[in-house]
Amino acid sequence: MATVQKNTRFKADERRRNADHVSFLKHKKFRYLWIALLLCVVTGVGYAMIDQDPRPNGGSWYGYTLGTIGLFLIVWLSLLGVRKRKMTTGAWSLKAWTSAHVYLGLAVIVVGTLHTGFHAISWNVHWLAYFLMVIVIVTGIYGVIVYATLPGPLSSNRNEMTRAQMLEALTALDRQLESAAQPLDRQQSDLVIAALGQDVFYGGAFARLTGAYPLCKTKKALRSIPEEHGASDGPEERVRTLLTKRADQLGQIRRHLRIRALLEVWLFIHIPATIALLAALLAHVVSVFYYW
Amino acid sequence: MSDLYKVAIVGSGPAGLSAAGHAAALGLSHVLIEKTDHLSDTIYKYQKGKHVMATPSNLVLRSDLDFDAGKREVILGTWDDQSAAQKINVMFNSEVTKVEGQKGDFTITTKKGDVVKAETIVVGIGTQGNPNMLRCPGAEHDMIQYQLDDPGEYFDEHITVIGSGDAGIENALGLAADDAQRNVVTILNRRDSFARAKAANVSLLEEAEQDGRIDVRRETSPAAVKDGELVLETRDGEETIKCDRIIARTGSQPPRKFVESMGIEFTSEDRSAFPKLTPAFESTTPGIHVIGALAGYPLIKHCMNQGYDVIEFLNGNLDLKPADEPILQEKFANLPGNHSVEHWLDVFGGNVSVFQGLSSLQLRELMLDSTVHSYDAGDAIFRRSEPGSSLFTIAQGSVAVEINPNDPSMTVPIEEGSIFGEVGLISGRRRGSTIRAAEPVVAIELARNAALKLIATSPEAAEAVNRIAVERQLLQMFGSGLTPQDIAPLVDASEVMEVRAGQVLIQEGDDDKEVYIIRRGSMIVEKAIGERPVFLSYLPAGSYVGEMAAIDGSSRTATVKAAIKSEAIRLPGDKFVELLDRNPALRQKALKEMDGRRKTNAFIESRKDDFSGVVDLYSETAQFLVDEGLGEATDVLLIDEKLCIGCDNCEKACADAHEGLSRLDREAGRTYAHLHVPTSCRHCEHPHCMADCPPNAIKRGPDGEVVIDDTCIGCGNCQRNCPYGVIRMDPKPPKKPGLLSWLFFGSGPGPGEASYAWRKENGDPEQPKQAIKCDMCSGIDGGPACVRACPTGAAIRVSPDKFLTFTKLTEDVE
Repeated sequence: MATVQKNTRFKADERRRNADHVSFLKHKKFRYLWIALLLCVVTGVGYAMIDQDPRPNGGSWYGYTLGTIGLFLIVWLSLLGVRKRKMTTGAWSLKAWTSAHVYLGLAVIVVGTLHTGFHAISWNVHWLAYFLMVIVIVTGIYGVIVYATLPGPLSSNRNEMTRAQMLEALTALDRQLESAAQPLDRQQSDLVIAALGQDVFYGGAFARLTGAYPLCKTKKALRSIPEEHGASDGPEERVRTLLTKRADQLGQIRRHLRIRALLEVWLFIHIPATIALLAALLAHVVSVFYYW
Repeated sequence: MSDLYKVAIVGSGPAGLSAAGHAAALGLSHVLIEKTDHLSDTIYKYQKGKHVMATPSNLVLRSDLDFDAGKREVILGTWDDQSAAQKINVMFNSEVTKVEGQKGDFTITTKKGDVVKAETIVVGIGTQGNPNMLRCPGAEHDMIQYQLDDPGEYFDEHITVIGSGDAGIENALGLAADDAQRNVVTILNRRDSFARAKAANVSLLEEAEQDGRIDVRRETSPAAVKDGELVLETRDGEETIKCDRIIARTGSQPPRKFVESMGIEFTSEDRSAFPKLTPAFESTTPGIHVIGALAGYPLIKHCMNQGYDVIEFLNGNLDLKPADEPILQEKFANLPGNHSVEHWLDVFGGNVSVFQGLSSLQLRELMLDSTVHSYDAGDAIFRRSEPGSSLFTIAQGSVAVEINPNDPSMTVPIEEGSIFGEVGLISGRRRGSTIRAAEPVVAIELARNAALKLIATSPEAAEAVNRIAVERQLLQMFGSGLTPQDIAPLVDASEVMEVRAGQVLIQEGDDDKEVYIIRRGSMIVEKAIGERPVFLSYLPAGSYVGEMAAIDGSSRTATVKAAIKSEAIRLPGDKFVELLDRNPALRQKALKEMDGRRKTNAFIESRKDDFSGVVDLYSETAQFLVDEGLGEATDVLLIDEKLCIGCDNCEKACADAHEGLSRLDREAGRTYAHLHVPTSCRHCEHPHCMADCPPNAIKRGPDGEVVIDDTCIGCGNCQRNCPYGVIRMDPKPPKKPGLLSWLFFGSGPGPGEASYAWRKENGDPEQPKQAIKCDMCSGIDGGPACVRACPTGAAIRVSPDKFLTFTKLTEDVE
């Protein structure tokens, strides 16, 4: 319509198009890193300066303050899982949330540790919560490291192919191998059939994470079909070429899976540990107030 | 047959069938001549079960046959039943090959040799055309077919497919897909490569060739068709192969030649031109009327109404009001004075210069695609930097253009009868200045497609728009203080030129002195440094280039070439310098801009010595992005693969922000130096998808986004026209259970696009397929969901003029 629109998104869109392109770590010139550092410094200085009687512990007023800050932080940090799945309107950015999650998450270890008042470790629900928190943060640190380092290799390995295209390329090679292997002798064609029959994803979690597939039947078949001399057009040579291509294609798929697995594996600890941590925190808070 | 029919109708599509139906109802002697053995071949050829839409919904249907949105089979069934019940006289299997005679006594000859005599002829043959025949002896043989409906129905045959396009390859692959059919499939290609076909199809074909499933013969063409045999002309001489069936897929011939053979003139040489017609659809050959898609009306309802109308006209009812009368009434209702449609059409046709060459039928049609507005004095009609590609004409009153964004009091008037908004139309970019009504104004806003159609069909309109556009472009560019008189010499000496993608406009080192304004498309500036071209800058439409050489008389310092198909206005350098000499302020401004450019160039050149790697990376990345279509983009999604963890949250967010279907494919697309251009809409300045949309459902929205609205009929033209493959055809999926019920109870498919199986199982099978594409999250507060939902900052949306710069492309993001 020609009539003049009020409040279009134009200004916001222009800001977006003008914006610098930076990663979640550098978001807004490390805004959340500074906030987290400030939090650590303030709570640390407070811990040192405020005279707590008889000695620093979670039950003093300062201990409660630290505990409350830590509890709220942990609950808020865990809400990232909801935020990333819930597409609502508004000018929020998941990058900003991630940035804050990383730096404030790291700050929790300082706040949480000060909250303990450095008491001796004992086997109770309070320390369980603490250790769960450490597990969550340590796995998170691993997550930050892989997020910062692995996307490049993931992209290079992909080489403009989608996952579906990688699998299609493999299927195409398999079809060609099946007909190319017809003239081979029994023993060799059995090797090819075995290679084709093997599950591409065999090996389970260990193989996926390490990228080691020692029992790969494609490689075995390649080893057993000798390089031909002279006749370069023979059926064996053709099968060899196809098997080499297949091994390369498998290599790409497996590297892709490995990097993806490395990018995701920590979440299998981080998330359940977070849920356990929330449960432990609930128990910790309830028991503290019950026995007050 | 020696009867003289009152009317012979050629083609039994919606238009022809409706005409025949009405002729039958009126008791006119008539004959409906149909090429195939069934009615309405175009719709017959739709795939089985296709949902046919009935747009525009506000247009009343005026026909003796019924039509409503529904399945192909239902519609065809209704028409078959009704044409039998109404005793329409149909001649099937009759392809008209020749029309002779004049009004009152035409002789129509069909391919079979039948002769039909008629007083008048109504041509409703559509635009589908006839398949190209083989050019060899035996081309009439009945083992040749031009379509393959179901490859699964042939067994134990030797089948030869002729044609190297996608249709031919897909047919060959289909025939060879199942070994159990035991067909021997051969495909012939006149050339040595399958360059016209999609890469995916070619690789499937090559694979099938390696497996021995299809015999692919290159540089081979058919020499003769005999019973059970096909003689081939190969590079090494003739060869005969066994052949039981030939599928010829060598394209089709548009019907224009046949239409012209009847003496009917078209409005222009342009491929998209239509026949010249009177308000009663009569062509330049008296007695022959053209209706339907061939006349420029691709929608079924329009066609059926025209069939009815043309018979009314032939029956002497010349006062018939077109079926669109109520629509126009509604459109004109809010204009001042409570006048009739007739009155306004007279005012528009009389006052507006670009409508001078139009017939009243054309004007009516134009009004259907337009909006009329009335403004009070002082109302803003549009504002600077708003997106908009429509063209305005002033039917009454005058407007004022604010030429200085900082001082709204500086204005230039545009008088009654003139146009404005043409810069947006031509460049596809945002409005250059704010325009207000200077007094009460009645203005007509022509949607982009309607304006383009007007320019294509009326040479007078094209000339007028062009002259005004050049003048305004100059005024707008040089800004304050100039009057049309100042620049008149420059306008007179200017010339608009088309520049092909990649064509060089200015060559480094040359001594020419012309100045160019880029009015459409975009250009890139390159400089050869150490033998290699280095990308210097990107010039969007609206910029000018070449003034350095004109001002200081030096030779060209860099090469300028088109990034995409563009248009430039060429200005003689001496006239340009004269203008500067007369306007010191303008000269100052030009010198300042020149200085800016020199600095950029010098900066990149100096960097070249220190960090040649950085400059190479910048230069090559910029070139890659231009190759990927950024040159015509306005807002495009890029993914920095140094940050992308492959979580696909962008796709999930896209689906969840839009009825559950993702409009982007993150993984697909090209990548250079870790910068990935996913399959996602670029919101082109001149959207290819808009080119051929029958219901005009594709529009540019308030934030510059290109959107498809609900009137989409699912024809798939936009999908075929998009060079970037970003449009998909899918039915609207059912609503998913909420996030929390998925999180806690596992109900529904969870965030993101649901699987095809889930959508099929839970969806409404009657839901028609429609075209869907990125709408830049139009109307969603916060902006594009893909960018908001990226956890690492990998997904960014950029515009080329802001992104193709040295700083942005060499930014250290980590």
